[in-house]
Amino acid sequence: MEFLRPATWEEALAAKAEHPSAVPIAGGTDVMVEINFDARRPGHLMDLNRIRDLHEWEVGEENVRIGASVPYARIIDRLATELPGLALASHTVGSPQIRNRGSVGGNLGAASPAGDSHPALLAAGAEVEAESVRGTRFIPVEEFYTGVKRNALADDELIKNVHVRKAQGPQQFSKVGTRNAMVIAVCAFGIALHPESRVVRAGLGSVAPTPLRARVAEDFLNAALEDGGYWNSRATLPPSLAREFAELCVGACNPIDDVRGSAAYRRRAVGVMARRTLGWTWESYRKGGSQGRTTEGGAQCA
Amino acid sequence: MATKLNEATGTDRAEGRVGDSALRPDGTLKVTGEFAYSSDMWHEDMLWGCTLRSPHAHAEILSIDIGEAVKQDGVYAVLTYDDLPTEQKNYGLEIQDTPALAHGRVRHHGEPVALVAADHPETARRAAAKIRVEYRELPVIHDEESAIGEGAAVLHPDRDDHHAGHVPHPNIVHRQPVLRGDVRAAAERADVIVSGEYEVGMQDQAFLGPESGLAVPSEDGGVDLYVATQWLHSDLRQIAPVLGLPEDKVRMTLSGVGGAFGGREDLSMQIHACLLALRTGKPVKMVYNRSESFFGHVHRHPAKLWYEHGATREGKLTHIRCRIVLDGGAYASASPAVVGNASSHAAGPYVVDDVEIEALALYTNNPPCGAMRGFGAVQACFAYEAQMDKVAAELGLDPVEFRQRNAMSQGATMPTGQTVDAPAPVAELLRRVKARPLPPEKQWETGAGDAMSTDVRALPGGLSNTSHGEGVVRGVGYAVGIKNVGFSEGFDDYSTARVRIQAVGGEPVVMVHTAAAEVGQGGVTVHQQIARTELGVTQVTIQPADTQVGSAGSTSASRQTYVTGGAVKHVCELLREKVLARGRERLGTYHPAWATAELLLEGGKVVTEGGEVLAALIDVLGDEPLEAESEWRHRPTEAFDLVTGQGFGHVQYSFAAHRAVVEVDTELGLVKVIELACAQDVGKAMNPDAVVGQIQGGTTQGLGLAVMEEIVVDPQAKVRNPSFTDYLIPTILDTPTIPVDVLELADEHAPYGLRGAGEAPTLSSTPAVMAAVRAATGRALPRVPVRPEHIVG
Repeated sequence: MEFLRPATWEEALAAKAEHPSAVPIAGGTDVMVEINFDARRPGHLMDLNRIRDLHEWEVGEENVRIGASVPYARIIDRLATELPGLALASHTVGSPQIRNRGSVGGNLGAASPAGDSHPALLAAGAEVEAESVRGTRFIPVEEFYTGVKRNALADDELIKNVHVRKAQGPQQFSKVGTRNAMVIAVCAFGIALHPESRVVRAGLGSVAPTPLRARVAEDFLNAALEDGGYWNSRATLPPSLAREFAELCVGACNPIDDVRGSAAYRRRAVGVMARRTLGWTWESYRKGGSQGRTTEGGAQCA
Repeated sequence: MATKLNEATGTDRAEGRVGDSALRPDGTLKVTGEFAYSSDMWHEDMLWGCTLRSPHAHAEILSIDIGEAVKQDGVYAVLTYDDLPTEQKNYGLEIQDTPALAHGRVRHHGEPVALVAADHPETARRAAAKIRVEYRELPVIHDEESAIGEGAAVLHPDRDDHHAGHVPHPNIVHRQPVLRGDVRAAAERADVIVSGEYEVGMQDQAFLGPESGLAVPSEDGGVDLYVATQWLHSDLRQIAPVLGLPEDKVRMTLSGVGGAFGGREDLSMQIHACLLALRTGKPVKMVYNRSESFFGHVHRHPAKLWYEHGATREGKLTHIRCRIVLDGGAYASASPAVVGNASSHAAGPYVVDDVEIEALALYTNNPPCGAMRGFGAVQACFAYEAQMDKVAAELGLDPVEFRQRNAMSQGATMPTGQTVDAPAPVAELLRRVKARPLPPEKQWETGAGDAMSTDVRALPGGLSNTSHGEGVVRGVGYAVGIKNVGFSEGFDDYSTARVRIQAVGGEPVVMVHTAAAEVGQGGVTVHQQIARTELGVTQVTIQPADTQVGSAGSTSASRQTYVTGGAVKHVCELLREKVLARGRERLGTYHPAWATAELLLEGGKVVTEGGEVLAALIDVLGDEPLEAESEWRHRPTEAFDLVTGQGFGHVQYSFAAHRAVVEVDTELGLVKVIELACAQDVGKAMNPDAVVGQIQGGTTQGLGLAVMEEIVVDPQAKVRNPSFTDYLIPTILDTPTIPVDVLELADEHAPYGLRGAGEAPTLSSTPAVMAAVRAATGRALPRVPVRPEHIVG
C-alpha cells in the first residue's frame, strides 16, 4: 500500500487523477477500521490532513460551507445555531474521540446507509462540492447516494466541501440504537422546517439501501400545512395530520432484517420518530423561532 | 503516618490492613496507561504468529495446501495438524476434546486450522490467507433437536470421558438431575401452579485486553511463556503434553491481564505460540484483534429453561420442576461444571422441599461455551426470578413479600440435601433494597416553566434524542440470587503461597509469592493487606505470578480471596511462628514474656497481647531472611449423585439482591436503567472499595445481559457480530446509579469470615432489570437480552 500525502488541494486532485483507486483519508474513523480488520486493501491511501482548507468552514448568507475534513466536534461546538439538525446528528456519532476525528465529508465518502449525518443533510438541504482535475460540480445530496456504500463521485473526484442550507426554522434529529450512546443507527430520522419557503423536509437513514428523503410524506405535509394555513396561524397540528405524515414516512422505508434490528421494527420506529420530531419542531415553530425548548447533554435543538 | 480517609467508604487507606480500602499497587499504572498488558510485550528478533480459522461451523477438511504461504518472504513457519509433535493432539479443562489444530473436521466457526509465524504481523496474516483449505460442508447441529434428534451426527464419536457413560446421548456433554422429596404429592397441595419457558442469549466476557502472549524458546529445548490467563498451572497441565515437553520445561509467567470474567480459563494462543517458537527457534508473539478475540475464547452458555412453580394461597412454595438446556457448543470446556452449578442452584435462594430438576449441556456446532461470571447460576436465576414474580402476581402478593416468605436462612436445606451452614440473609437483603427511597420521577426535566429543558441523557435513547418524555413509563423490579464460591463437587481446590520476610534498609519487608492470576479483581491488593495484618509490617511486595511456585488455583468461582487469600494468611501464620521462634532463640533471655506470653507482630515489633514491646522485628531477623511455604485447602466437598443430585457439593454460598428502576420508551422499546440498587452479604469486606467495585461491575455486566449483550449466532452456527460495533456492552450512559449496601455476616468456615463477592451481583441484576421492564410494559419478555422488537411487540 502506497501512502500519498499531498500538501495542497491541487496536488491531491492530481494524485487522485493519477491513482483513481486511491482512498482518501482524513480522520480515519471508517477507513482505518476497515484496513485494520483487513476488510479493505487499497493500493493507495491519500492522507488529506495536510490540506488546511479542508478543515475550515464558512457561514455565508444562505449556506454554511463545511470543509470535507471538519470534524463533528467542531460542528457541535460552532455550528449548532446555523445547522441545528446536523449538530444533533453529529452528537450521536460514536464517542468523543471519534467526534474529534470523524467528519461529514468522510461520512459522505463512506456513504453508509447508517451514516448519522445523512438524514440531517437531506432534511436541511445540502450540496456536495466535488472536484477533480476536470473541474468542479455541485451534487444535490439526495442524488449523492447511489447504493449501499456507493456515491456519485467519479473515480478522479474528491469531496472538497459540503454546502448546507442555514436553518430558517426548527430542525430535529432522532436515532434509534440499542444502547444509549456510542451506537450505530438501527434507523434515524431528520426533519427541518423551512418557514420562508413553507416547506418541511424529512430524511431517513438505515431503512433502505441509501439514505433518502420521505418525499411523499413531505408533499402530503406541505400541502396540508398550506391548505390549513398553519404556517400563518401557527396553530397546533391535529394529531391525525402528524399520524398520516408518520405513516407516509414509514411508507418510504425499504428496510431489511439484520443483526441490529428487524425490518418491521425499523418501520415502526421511523413512524414514532417522524411523529415525535414533527411535534417538537412544530411546537418550537409555534412558539416563534428556532429557540424553543432546549435539550441538555446533546446539542441545542429545535 | 498521616491517615487518609476514603471519601466513598470512610475507611482507612494508609494502613492497608484487612478491612481498609488499601489502594491497588497496580492502580496508578493502569489509570495512567503505563501498565504493561500482555499485548504490549516485545522481544528482540521476535516473530508474529497468526491463526487461520475455519469459515464454516461444521465441515470436513479434505486438504490443506500451505505451498503459497510458505513461499512468501518473511514467513518462518506454517504449521498444521500434521506438525503437532506428539500423540497428544487435544487439550481441555476437564475433557481433552479440543484439537490444538483441526484434524480432518472443523466443529465450529472460527476453529483454528493452521498457524503462521512471520517477521511482521501483516506478513503473517497475508500468508495465512494464502493457505488453501478444501472443505466439504456438513449439516450443522445448532439446537437440542438437531443435536439429539434421530439421525443426528455425533460430534465426538470416540468419547471416553467420565461423563460418556451416564449421558443419554453422545451429543450431551453432561446431565445432572437433582431430585428431592415427592413433587407429585407436593403439587397436590399447590393452590397455584405457574409454568414458563425462558431463554438466555449468548453473552460474551468482552474483556478489553485481547488474547495475547509471548513464547520464548530456551536453550534447554523448553519454552518460556508469558501470557494473560486465569490459572497458570491449569494452562501448564494442558500445554506441556501437546508440546511433548515435561512440565518443568514449560515455564509460565503471568503477564498483564486486561480482564477475564471466565473467558481466560480455557487456552487460546498458548499452545500455538509455543509450537511456533519451538519450530522456528525464535520468540513468537501472538495478539488477537477484537474480531478474532470473539472466536478466541468461550462464551456464556445460551440456555433454554422450562420451569414450573407451585405455591399455596399462604404464599409458600410447594414444589419446583425445571429443565435447563445449556448449549455447550463444539467442545466441552467447563460445560460439566456449569451443568452442576445450574442444577444445584436451579431453585434459587428459597426453601422448597420437593424438586425435580434436570440440567444438561449439549454438544453443537455453535461457538464453544464455558466459564463466565455466574457460571450456570446466572441462567437459572433469570428464569426462577421471573417465575417468582409470576407466582406472586397469581397469588396477589407483593413480589418482595412472596420472596421473603420463602427465603432461605442459615440452616436451610438445599435441593441437593446440603445444609446451608453459614448466614444466608436473603430476606434481609431484599428488605434493604426495598427500603431505599425511589429515585425522583422524570429526572430528565430540568428547570421550570419557560426555562424548562430536557436532559436527554436521563431518557431512554439518551443522546440519540428519541424521546423528550413521550411514551416513557417507569418500572420497578426485584430479584435475589444464590451463587456458590470456590470449586465444587469434590474438586481438590487448593492454593499455594510462599512468604518471605527480611530486613531491607533497616525495615522489615515481606515478599509474597503465589501463582494467583491478577485479572483486575484486586488479588494483589488483598494479599498485601493480609500480609500486613498478619505480620505487622507495612512494606509488602507481591512477586510476579509464575509456575516457579505451586498452583494457586483459578481466578474464578469468586474463590481467590478465599483460597489464595487463605493460603497467604496460613503461610503468614507459619512464618510468624518462625519469627517468634528465632526471637526466643536469639533474644529470649532478655525478657520472660518471650517464654510465657502470647506474642503478636504489630507495627514492625514483637509485642505481648498486653501491648508490651519485646523487640523490633529487624532485630529479631538480623541478616537472615525467613521463609515459609504451604498449600492451603478449604473444606472438602463431594460429588453430586448422578441420579439424585444429592451431595455436599459446594464450599460456600453467596447472596445478593437488586432493585431495578427503569424508564422504558414503550413506543420504541428502548430502556434506560435509572438505578440498580444492590445489597450483598460479603462476610467480611476485606477491602471495602474493592468490594463495592466488584458489586458495581457485576451489576453492570448483568444489566448488559438484560438489555444488550449478545453474540448473535445464525442457524448456520455462524457468528454474526464479532465486533464491538455490534456486540454492545454498557457505556457510562447506560450505567445507572448503583447504590450498594454491604452486609458483613461472618462465615466461620472462611478466613476472616469472608465470602467470595465477585459473582453474586451478576446473577440478580439481570432478572431485576427484566422485572422492572415487565412492570413498565406489561409484557412477559421471557428472553434476555431483550430487544426493542420484543418490547414493542
